[in-house]
Amino acid sequence: MTTYREALREGIRDAMRRDDRVFLMGEDVGAYGGCFGVSLGLLEEFGPDRIRDTPLSESAFVGAGIGAAMAGMRPIVEIMTVNFSLLALDQILNNAATLRHMSGGQVGVPLVIRMTTGAGRQLAAQHSHSLEGWFAHIPGLRIVAPATLEDARGMLWTALLDPDPVLLFENGALYPMAGDLAADAGPVDIDHAAVRRPGTDMTLVTYGGSLGKCLDAAGQLAAEGVSAEVIDLRTLRPLDDTTFVESVRRTHRAVVVDEGWRTGSLSAEVSARITEQAFEDLDAPVERVCSAEVPMPYAKHLEDAALPQPAGIVAAARKVVNGGG
Amino acid sequence: MNTAIAKYHTDLLRQMVRIRKFEEICVELYSATKIRGFLHLYVGEEAVAVGVLNGLTADDAVVSTYREHGHALARGLSMQSVMAEMFGRTSGCSRGRGGSMHLFDVKRRFYGGNAIVGGGLPLAVGIGLADRLRDSVRVTACFFGDGAVAEGEFHECMNLAALWKLPVLFCCENNRYAMGTALARAQAQTDLALRASSYGMPAWAVDGMDVVAVEEATRRAVETIRGGAGPCFLELRTYRFRAHSMYDSDRYRDKAEIARWKERDPIDALIRRMQTAGELTDDALKALHREVDDELQRAVAAADAGPLEPAGDLTRFVYAEQS
Repeated sequence: MTTYREALREGIRDAMRRDDRVFLMGEDVGAYGGCFGVSLGLLEEFGPDRIRDTPLSESAFVGAGIGAAMAGMRPIVEIMTVNFSLLALDQILNNAATLRHMSGGQVGVPLVIRMTTGAGRQLAAQHSHSLEGWFAHIPGLRIVAPATLEDARGMLWTALLDPDPVLLFENGALYPMAGDLAADAGPVDIDHAAVRRPGTDMTLVTYGGSLGKCLDAAGQLAAEGVSAEVIDLRTLRPLDDTTFVESVRRTHRAVVVDEGWRTGSLSAEVSARITEQAFEDLDAPVERVCSAEVPMPYAKHLEDAALPQPAGIVAAARKVVNGGG
Repeated sequence: MNTAIAKYHTDLLRQMVRIRKFEEICVELYSATKIRGFLHLYVGEEAVAVGVLNGLTADDAVVSTYREHGHALARGLSMQSVMAEMFGRTSGCSRGRGGSMHLFDVKRRFYGGNAIVGGGLPLAVGIGLADRLRDSVRVTACFFGDGAVAEGEFHECMNLAALWKLPVLFCCENNRYAMGTALARAQAQTDLALRASSYGMPAWAVDGMDVVAVEEATRRAVETIRGGAGPCFLELRTYRFRAHSMYDSDRYRDKAEIARWKERDPIDALIRRMQTAGELTDDALKALHREVDDELQRAVAAADAGPLEPAGDLTRFVYAEQS
């Protein structure tokens, strides 16, 4: 058995061994072993030059990662949570995403930024938000979100081979997720969405921490005689709309599940693309299941109520299938 | 007269005159609407760019600001490629996508003008980190203004560079105003070198109107950095003779202050010094001006005739292109 956390660690270890230009830096990645234990043991293996603890200076060390990438290195920068990435937003948007364009193609930023996103651990409003949809708004970035052990293990290496900045969002609720991972698991494609469960009656489009909930919901729906197809977006920018639009053309119904807030969200983008490209194939309006429009609360029952849950996904699926109720 | 010194001074003078005349013609071209957008002129600060860049080698890196025409020219970018960029042409050094505030020339290790105040500091720290990880002796010079000292990134970067002993030369162009806000109206401690030294790095305040002094200080700092001591900080005390940008009516400075600083014009000061030492005849000075005027005219003509990037190529250079 392997956990999501261990799969990520193996991905980092593999990258460090393959390419001596790769190094990891961030808060507590070294001596502490990573806030979520992802980099545990790597300092001993690779030393303090390559597993580099940083001060609490998100803007400086994310920007330093950008500079090092411009100068030929392949940095992996860890930001403890997506909320802290806001202190580095200037560097991510105004430098990483724009330097290539502003320089007329001269400056590339082959950098990977990893960060934790999402709720479900009672960490309240400053450690629980899902802001990957914001970053997916920005041209010049690639946004990926591993939802499975295979992707946790394999996305990093593919991301490091990308000549452009890649932001990798790890849903915090997934770190302890355990399962079997093939010993030879390696790099994975980050260009395409994946069909995680085939179905014929409706399509659930999701990513990251909501994938498991959608698979649960699909199981419940199967017991009711509804065959739900579950699509894992995997890459949030650029969106592989071919896969989900093609699915909706077959099933004629769609529910988009996104841990981000509903207003102006990634789910809105997915829904719009379905409407733009497959309107005539739809038998019902696209439904969305998102987080409630509140800062994430601490109390467990409130947090659960704020997040997309299998029951809500099932209800939305029934609505598109039965035209309500 | 020492001919070697005379030649050296003549070269410094030529570089400063090139920048001055470039900026002056930009004013005309802006009024003629050939150049648009924000235009931040460097007039008065020429000794800083020329002094610092003469103290570096071609292998060292430069990170610049939005007031960077002087840095770019002193780094060796051609007038033509810089002017074409301001005209928004394909022949510009950033293919018309950067404009006045984003001049790039990676072949010359010129990593661009950054229009976010303080935004280039982390990049310089990162380029320095890459060099340090490769045991290189290269130095990264990072320009920023006194306004950037108020940004959090300044403090984060001073700390990080000093903590990791990175080969970065911080070049603070203290022209006394952050746009329209005088240093003392925005900073509790106006001795900027003192503030940098609190991070444990060597820091010097330098007369930024004296090109020779700037170059000497740069060489001393670069030698210290190459020796492995970590970063150094230069506070280059200078003054911009013109407004912050073409949109600025310059209401926040009194004319007497500007006049006082103009008496210390770095170009006039060097000319006086050379004339006193018998290093510069009137004819030589005239010839130098003529030579720069010719270069400038050719650059403007070429920029004006330069092709526009096809609008069909609008979305290029957002991501790497497949080779």
